[in-house]
Order: sequence, then C-alpha cells, then structure tokens
Amino acid sequence: MSSMQFILLFIVAFISGMGSVLDEAQFHRPLVSCTLTGLVLGDMTTGIILGGTLEMLALGWMNVGAAMAPDAALASVVSTILVVVGHQSIGAGIALAVPLAAAGQVLTIFVRTITVFFQHAADNFAAKGSCFGIEMCHLGGLALQGFRVALPAMAIAAVAGTDTVNAALASIPEVITRGLQVSGGFIVVVGYAMVINMMNAKSLMPYFFLGFLLAVFTNVNLIGFGAIGLICAFFHIKDLQRELAMQQAGPIGTGNPVDDVDDSDLM
Amino acid sequence: MANHAEKLTKGDLISIFIRSNFLLGSFNFERMQAIGFAVSMIPALKKLYSGEDLNKALKRHLEFFNTQPFLATPIMGIVAAMEEKRANGADISDQTISGVKVGLIGPLAGVGDPIFWGTLRPVLAALGAGIALTGSIIGPLIFFVAFNVIRLLTNWYGVMYGYEKGTELVEEVGGNRMRYLTEGASVLGLLVMGALVAKWTTVNMPFVMSQYTNSAGEEVIVTVQSILDSLMPSIVPLLMTFACMYFLKKGVNPLVIIIGLFALGIVGYAVGLFA
Repeated sequence: MSSMQFILLFIVAFISGMGSVLDEAQFHRPLVSCTLTGLVLGDMTTGIILGGTLEMLALGWMNVGAAMAPDAALASVVSTILVVVGHQSIGAGIALAVPLAAAGQVLTIFVRTITVFFQHAADNFAAKGSCFGIEMCHLGGLALQGFRVALPAMAIAAVAGTDTVNAALASIPEVITRGLQVSGGFIVVVGYAMVINMMNAKSLMPYFFLGFLLAVFTNVNLIGFGAIGLICAFFHIKDLQRELAMQQAGPIGTGNPVDDVDDSDLM
Repeated sequence: MANHAEKLTKGDLISIFIRSNFLLGSFNFERMQAIGFAVSMIPALKKLYSGEDLNKALKRHLEFFNTQPFLATPIMGIVAAMEEKRANGADISDQTISGVKVGLIGPLAGVGDPIFWGTLRPVLAALGAGIALTGSIIGPLIFFVAFNVIRLLTNWYGVMYGYEKGTELVEEVGGNRMRYLTEGASVLGLLVMGALVAKWTTVNMPFVMSQYTNSAGEEVIVTVQSILDSLMPSIVPLLMTFACMYFLKKGVNPLVIIIGLFALGIVGYAVGLFA
C-alpha cells in the first residue's frame, strides 16, 4: 500500500467510525463503508460485493434506545482490508467480520462510557455560558468514535498482506472455509429476525407470511414486493381507521379483539 | 429574560437543521443525546438569551435526551418556538419545556424506530445489497442516495414544521395519524422481510434419505432437500428465522447466534447434511 492509500484509508475509516455513532448518513453501513474502503484500496468491485453480502448479514443491526448493536463500521472496514489487501475470499471476509463486529461493539461501548466525562465537562461549560466549550465536547466525543475505527484499521492495514498473516489465514482447513460458505447462505436470518422482533407486531404477522409465500411460489422481484407492501399497508390503514371510528362511536361487544401494535411477546 | 426579546430567523432554523445531523455525535450512557440536543439548540439559545439566562438555557438542554435521531428534529422545532415565546415574555416554565421534551421522546421513538430502522433502512439496504452482489455501484448508490434524501427531508421539515406548529404538534404526535404511519410501515416491512427469508437465503441439504429404481428403470435419489422442496421450499430458513427470533427475545446476543449458525454450517458440512 502506498502512503497515499494509508491516508485515504484513514479518512474513510474515520468517517465510517463517526457514522457508526451518528447513524445519519449511513457511512458505517457495509454497503457504503466496504465500497469506499474498496475504492481507496484500488478494488472497488470487491468492496461492493463484500458490502452487499455483509449488508444482508447486518440488516437488523440497529441501535434502538440504549441497546448497542454489533458494530458494522469496524467489521466493514477491516474485513475489506483483509479481503482486498490480504487476498482473502468474500466468504472468509464475512466470517472475519463477525468477531470484528463484536470487537467494534466493545470499543463503542467503551467510548460511549468515556464520553460521560465530556457530558460533565459540558455541564461546566454551560455554567460559564460557553457555547463553544459545549460544541467542543460534542466534537470530542465524535472524534473518539472516528479514532475507534481508524486506529485499528491502520494497524490491520499495516500487517495485512504480509507473509505471516497470509500463511496464518491460508492454514485454515477446508472444512471450515466450506462450512462458513454454507452458513453464509442462511446466516442472514439473524438480521431478518432482529427486524421482525423490533417491529413487535404480532397481529401483523400474516403480512410476513404473505410475503414469504409469494416469494416461494412466484417470481416477483423486490420492487414488486415493495408495491404489494404499499397496497397492503393502504388497506390495513383503511381497516384501522374504520375500527378506530367504530371504537369512538361506542363500545359494541367486547371491543377490539385483534389490533394492537404493542401486543408483545410474539412467538 | 428582560429586554432581550428577539425573533428567530429562517437562518437560525437552518443552523438547527444542520446541527441536527450530528445529534448523536457525543452519545454517552449517562444522558445519551443530551450534548447533541444542546448543541443543536445553541443557534436559537444564543439569539434569544444572554448572560445568566443563556447559562440556564444551556443547562436546561443538557438534560437526558434520547429518541430516534431523525424525529428529534420536530422536538427541536417545537422547543425553539417555546424558547422564543419564553424569551419574549411568555410565562413558560423550565418544567413545561422539559415536560414537552420528555413527553415527546418516547412516542417519537416509538414511531421512528419501526419506520426508519424497521422498514426504510432494511428495505432500501436489501434492494441495494441485491444489486451490489453483482458488483454494480448502482446498489450502494441507490441505498445511500434514497435513504439520505428521505432522511434530510425528514430533518428539514421536522425542524421547520415543529417550529411553525409549536406545541400544537404535541397533540398530533399522540394522535391516530402517527399510528397509521407506524402500522402501515410495519405492514410493508414485514411483507418484505417475509419475501427476503424465502428469496435471499440458500440452504441445500443433499443428505440422501432413500434410493430406489422406479418402474421406468430410472434410479431415483430422495434427499432431504427434494422432500422439503416438494412440500414447502424455503421452510428451513423460515424455521431458522423463528428460532433466531426466539433466542433474541430470550436476550441472547445476536453475535452469539451468528457464531452458532456458523458452527451449524461447519458441522453440517462436515457430516454431509448441508452442502
């Protein structure tokens, strides 16, 4: 790797790290992060394919409330380095991404704990009326998140592609690499399960089964499913409107038997 | 508060909008998005207050805050409108402002999480990922551009609409319209998830169950997969999804489940169950 590549890689990793806490522009998602990392390392196509594969795996990784998801940023950047610079297969990249996501999760929890210090510093600046001070506390926390991904990425980039690392990765037996490939076919269900659980809408599960059956027995593509989904949503809302209007008109019978989004503990 | 009365300008609101894009920057486990919220409000607070009043206002907005980041923007708009009235002499107490913030973060997270994290992002990401697997840059671009256009519009109108409507908006958040939006998004999201379970998983179980020669004299091999395919293709990924949902509900770390599935794949391949 040239020194220019090191600098660009640092910038991409830093942006990805900041993206992981901001969760706004999605620079931390594999689809974006792997593509950019591949671009600066000189093999964007591999980055895109790895990004697409990892994105499916990470579909349900989301920070909701105070819960921390596995970290897509570190996983994306470092696994792309290992695949592009270290000449690993996409399958190996995916397998390596999992422990990296766990390591990233630990690091971000660590940073988010350290940032409590900035919170108290911000209190002091508020007492002095220093807006600038508070802004610096904010940017300090953000920068730490950038370094959290950029520094490990630099370390890996420095050793990836060296004979020792290649030999170590090449010594993995075939049953493991092939087995990982096999798992790659269904590992994405974890992501789907996370999304479904997050919705937490037991009464809406028939729509899930409808999507499943249509996909099994027809050739509708994803855009088609989006359109069907919108139509279903339209009718569902109509139905809900009618139901709520009836409730307002006065209780008849036992009230509403089906619909409640907050209906918890599904399956 | 005395004679420091001023109106907020469009420019101040634009500053709030720009800063709202960095809301989570200093997320911490004590007060979460508190610094980010205060920093987002600074353009308004600086304009409206000075001296001791400014210090108090900054302190007021360094309180606990945590919601879905894109839907924090209507709260910023509402609070900006309230602070403006307060600075201009209206009788609005600290508690009222805090009360509005605290009262809104829950409902807005309840709406925003299923819409943005449960539906919009997974659906766009799945669409982009499907194209990306062919190595085309269109995949990442579709995801990135579409998501960000929607997000920026949400943040922009969030601040502007929130400011315009002020506290009127508080009632709307609890109203039926939000519920329609949430449930509608959930319907779309769940339907697409169901399709993905079938479409974008591959399980092949070539494990031979029986082998016989049929009446035409051809040799027929019955594998686990051929039986499953004749009953219900993709049933295995569906059952795996339900198993994952169960374990996630039990509080198992998703990474542990992923490692478990990797182990299942390796062992399954070794014994010839999967290929």
